[in-house]
Amino acid sequence: MNAPWMEFVPLLWEGLKVTAEVAFLAAIAALALSGASGLCRVSKYRTVQWAAKTYTELFRGIPLLVLLIWVYFALPFAGLELPKLAAAVLAIGLNYGAFGSEIVRSSIEAVPAGQREAGIALNFTPAQRMLYLILPQALPRMLPPFGNLLIELVKATSLIYFITLSDLTYQAMILRNNFLPWTPHIFGLLLILYFLLSVVITVVVKWLERRLTEGRV
Amino acid sequence: MWDWDYAWSILPELAASFGTAFSAMAWGFAMACMGGLILVAAGRSRLAVLRLPARGLVQFIRNTPLLVQLFFLYYSLPMAIGIAPSAFVTGVVGLGLHYSTYMSEVYRAGIEGVPKGQWEAAKALNYNGRQTWFTIILPQALPPMIPVMGNYLIVIFKDTPILSAITLVETLLTAKNLTSVSFRFFEPYTLVGVLFLIICVIFSFLLRRIEVRFNRHHLGSKQGASRSFGRRKHERTQPNVDNREVFPG
Amino acid sequence: MNALSQTSTIVKYSQVKKSYGDLEVIKGIDLSIAPGEKVALIGPSGSGKTTLGRMLMTLEEPTGGTIQVDGQLLWHEEKNGRFVRAGEKHLHRMRERIGMVFQHFNLFPHMNVLDNVASAPRKVLKLHKREAKERAEAMLAKVGLADKIDVYPSQLSGGQKQRVAIARALVMNPKVMVFDEVTSALDPELVGEVLEVIKDIARQGDMAMMLITHEMDFARDVADRVVFGADGRIVEEGPPKEIFENPKSDRLQSFLGRFR
Repeated sequence: MNAPWMEFVPLLWEGLKVTAEVAFLAAIAALALSGASGLCRVSKYRTVQWAAKTYTELFRGIPLLVLLIWVYFALPFAGLELPKLAAAVLAIGLNYGAFGSEIVRSSIEAVPAGQREAGIALNFTPAQRMLYLILPQALPRMLPPFGNLLIELVKATSLIYFITLSDLTYQAMILRNNFLPWTPHIFGLLLILYFLLSVVITVVVKWLERRLTEGRV
Repeated sequence: MWDWDYAWSILPELAASFGTAFSAMAWGFAMACMGGLILVAAGRSRLAVLRLPARGLVQFIRNTPLLVQLFFLYYSLPMAIGIAPSAFVTGVVGLGLHYSTYMSEVYRAGIEGVPKGQWEAAKALNYNGRQTWFTIILPQALPPMIPVMGNYLIVIFKDTPILSAITLVETLLTAKNLTSVSFRFFEPYTLVGVLFLIICVIFSFLLRRIEVRFNRHHLGSKQGASRSFGRRKHERTQPNVDNREVFPG
Repeated sequence: MNALSQTSTIVKYSQVKKSYGDLEVIKGIDLSIAPGEKVALIGPSGSGKTTLGRMLMTLEEPTGGTIQVDGQLLWHEEKNGRFVRAGEKHLHRMRERIGMVFQHFNLFPHMNVLDNVASAPRKVLKLHKREAKERAEAMLAKVGLADKIDVYPSQLSGGQKQRVAIARALVMNPKVMVFDEVTSALDPELVGEVLEVIKDIARQGDMAMMLITHEMDFARDVADRVVFGADGRIVEEGPPKEIFENPKSDRLQSFLGRFR
């Protein structure tokens, strides 16, 4: 007997849309936080450095699932009630922003000191040095690790199942209830879908990377 | 909003629940270390029948969520093969399987971090395969791996709350059970977060000390390896994208 | 204006000191460079020559003494009647007069040759895009690289890279330029082309030059004055002929002995 694959499609499609939406928004939040805190990490002001460092240490030390549950279930008791989507985006964004911050910092620091010195010798202002000299060289270095981070982030969106956001994983659990004998097929299909998502990301990042380093050999 | 008396009253139970988390972590880590060894050995094999499936498996497991893998193991395997391991065993197998793929990359990067000249020197001295591995390659490849492996221990520890999805009563599920009795959410979940944070900070502190020690003793071999090793869970190794290739000269 | 600006020096080091922690690398140096003057700094490695140049380029801050450029203090500015440590704004203004060519070129790998030279005129001097391009092209022609404008630095030889770096510094039209061991990182057969370019500039320009170098023949050919330093101090200085043919101090004699 064949599995009723076609019956799985509508729910999984709905789930895919939610997964994509959460992943997209969370990725933007994480990217913004990575950039901001990564730049703060290389600031010349100690306090700014320290604040960014505290942020990364804090959110790298708390498991994403615990953070997500806390934001959704505990935070309302502190007076902040967030809708599910906002809670998911906030938690994932904060967590992955902390990891991305390290990528930004280390990529900036990997640009040779001579580049900064050449910038000073040509009388670029500190902001111009960052904008025209350091970041253009740091960005291509950031891309591969950010691609990996994005894949990890998409995988992590499966955790929003815990706050009953109807993502891919959640819909698969519903399907399992309706088609219990096909449990292995449903979860197998689900794994393949996540794998395909990561393949898409890998391809896009590779393409971006080629674009960014074009001509430099 | 915050009730200290209640917080104190649940603290012992929450703290005790970390016992399950720790043992899941330890078993999962041990499995990942051994699984990674098998995967890297198969992935470097000359036989395509071993190499290709091993590499495919690594890519597939790495790029799919642990949660879904756990569901697959917990709910599908019993139907497929007729045995139903406990939530703990399933959780450990899930963690071990998932992180064995990361570990295999750690091993691979460590081995490839040993300069080619070392292999050639071993050949020139007429070492056999076993001698080459045990007296030349591994002594150089292992030290830089240690901190990275330690880092994965922390990563695995932080993933133990996911095991609550397959009904393992670890810390998060313990907290959840507390909330369903007291209807207080703030204290249990906040405590869980704080406890995880404290443990992770301690872990990282110890790890950094180990790292410093290995850096001191293995300056020479560390140089090459650290380039591919400075990456953590979220910066997985991509051998084909080395900074030197992007920016020659 | 004050008396300083009327003197005929473009650069004046007064009792300049520099230490890193307990290690004092510059131990009180006095040195003046006249406008347009070409001064070669020679001496053993570790004598502090490069540090002297880097302090002029504001890459390193002296731990004692003062440096004046064009009659104004470089590392200090006057605020409410007192001289305080210079802020970024003051340094920015001062750097308009100073340029530097580095031992390791420090070209921007993400820009082609033209942009390497044209970027500072555009962004710093705020020139129009076309004018910056024209100036850069003219300067690249001057160093003999007019045909390489579209190429990226990674595709150039060491000598070509250094010539681009020279054009990049020249296009900003500084009054004094530091050449920091510009041939030390080059393969021997590429040294000549770079030195030729510098000689050329020295002949036609009214730009002062501080040539930190290990090339004694080059120093003799180009410099108006040679300064020999060792252990963070100036040991001997004078016209090239004097320094190379009639060295007075033992240190200089033994140093030059190694080049014979």
